[in-house]
Amino acid sequence: MTTAAAPVAGSDASTKEPKRASKRSKGPADNDGWRVAFWFLLPSLIGFLVFYLIPTIRAIRLSFQRVSILNPAAASSVGWDNYVDIMSDDQFWGSVWVTFQYVIINIGIQTVLALGLAVLMSRLTESLVVRATILLPWILPNILVGLLFLFILDPTVGIVAQVFKFIGLDPIAFLANTTWVIPALALINVWKFTGYTALLFFAGLQTIPKMLYEAGSIDGASEWQMFKSITMPLLRPILALVMVVSLIGSFQVFDVVQAAGGGVQGSPGDPLGKSQVLYLYIYENAFLFQNKFGYAAALATVLMIFLTVITLLQLRLLRANQSDLA
Amino acid sequence: MASTGTSAVGSPAGRRVAWAVLIAVMIFSIFPVFWALRTSLSTNSGIILEPSNPLPPEATLFNYERVLGDPPIEEVQAAGGTGSEFSIFVAVRNSVIVATGITVGQVFFCAMAAYAFARLKFKGRELVFSVFLSALVVPPIFTMIPNFLFMRDLQLSLGFTSLDLSWLPGSDKTGWINTFPGLMAPFFLMTPFAIFFLRQFFLGISREIEEAAIIDGAGHVRRFFRIILPMSVPALVTLAIITYVNSWNEFLWPFVAGRDESVRVVTVALNDFKAQTPGVTRPDWTGLMTATFIAAIPILLLFGVLGRRVVDAIQFSGIK
Repeated sequence: MTTAAAPVAGSDASTKEPKRASKRSKGPADNDGWRVAFWFLLPSLIGFLVFYLIPTIRAIRLSFQRVSILNPAAASSVGWDNYVDIMSDDQFWGSVWVTFQYVIINIGIQTVLALGLAVLMSRLTESLVVRATILLPWILPNILVGLLFLFILDPTVGIVAQVFKFIGLDPIAFLANTTWVIPALALINVWKFTGYTALLFFAGLQTIPKMLYEAGSIDGASEWQMFKSITMPLLRPILALVMVVSLIGSFQVFDVVQAAGGGVQGSPGDPLGKSQVLYLYIYENAFLFQNKFGYAAALATVLMIFLTVITLLQLRLLRANQSDLA
Repeated sequence: MASTGTSAVGSPAGRRVAWAVLIAVMIFSIFPVFWALRTSLSTNSGIILEPSNPLPPEATLFNYERVLGDPPIEEVQAAGGTGSEFSIFVAVRNSVIVATGITVGQVFFCAMAAYAFARLKFKGRELVFSVFLSALVVPPIFTMIPNFLFMRDLQLSLGFTSLDLSWLPGSDKTGWINTFPGLMAPFFLMTPFAIFFLRQFFLGISREIEEAAIIDGAGHVRRFFRIILPMSVPALVTLAIITYVNSWNEFLWPFVAGRDESVRVVTVALNDFKAQTPGVTRPDWTGLMTATFIAAIPILLLFGVLGRRVVDAIQFSGIK
């Protein structure tokens, strides 16, 4: 548990396999091969084929077709048309821009706050109550969180509006305001995920030997110096891994937009499509617009390729940084 | 110095400031839930008169009555409701069915797969494992589009097995859409994370006990059920909690595949309830917050009972 390696498809399993099997006359256990393994793997193989592999192939095929969800049998092949259309689709590029704004605000603030919180906790307390309390927002459903903040941020009866009035500012309808809706949604998810992220960092901090800090304080190093030259370098692998995962998740934001920021068929205060994140746009194409099912599949394919590239890039960076606690 | 394991460096004044920050964060984490509770105990006129009163203005239990029960429509409308309140009981029941089903299936089937990856030797094991893991990068919405078509075209009677599931509430002529099996299916058999998580744990189990069982002639099935599973209870519970919470919170798939009221889960029901409320002149905030708070109760209870395990699970998933 001390090495903070990335959970990449590992080869650590095979190395632990001693050459015992050959000694046994009956040759049990490890030589049964696929005959035994097949039955243990059967359910998950079905799950993988039916719900991951085949849908992936089917989605890519759909992305080259013009399909109506009502009558998928009447699909017609359109070659690369869907992808060509994406290039000149202003709504798509608008949603890309909106999503990027969201991700930068969300991940930027959340990572900094979580890191600060984790360092604070590692210096002060291991209290379970503290850790459980800051984890509470994470355990609540996104939809529920969106609704809680829909009320809290309401410009007439919301508590934030009252605070604004109290300090002499005009209340803002954050979730119905074209400028504020994305920062507001991003901050709602900062609230939801900061404690969770802090716990991941906290776990990483626990693996750093205490004596390093003791040595540092004997040498008269300040808190900031110790953070910079002990904590950061040793935490970097976990930091990078957590950032990959939260970045990927952040690009796929949907629930909170649906609950608090317009969403499908724009309920509460859809500020002129300014909260139309990528997932929302894909959803609308697939299930609300006519004959756009194939187009939605093409959009989803583009998103998947983009996320795969990000993941691979980040994992490469991560591997380069692995030799920290040698 | 202070509590174990923490290196208490820094001045006492600095520590006091740090504690103040930490406590502020804790209050901040709880506040929205508390605020929903406070609002659920207020009237719609009360929250307009005293929007910043931390205690429920015009305290009442009527919101719970109208969300949980079925009082006369005139009284409901007088309280600012639309009369279109959904049955929260049915929604919670549906969520319990779906989340429990997914959790049982996923943990068991993924344990089987993890056993194969951790203990069995077969050709292409690492390759199959890597391919499974690669599914981690597939965004849910990407597979959801074809999965929806697949579920819709799936006949309840699968022909060769004549599996009759028509007794399940909500089943109709649209394949597995609006059925419990349809809501569970995409998560029931495997997720890459679950297999990865359990494989890591199984790899850490000492082989010596198994050696003894092998000498006694125990086959893989017996070793799996009698040794590996009992020794992995903490990991299985941890995974079950994570899976249960994720299933309870899932929105996108049930939003697409389970809109019918008979199978509609809590997250989708809350969303639909919200979508209805702006129809009236003023949003029915107290009704909405009451439904929201009630929907949070099961997950808060689970958290209250299993808090330590949840916290450990998150931290463990961070460093493994």
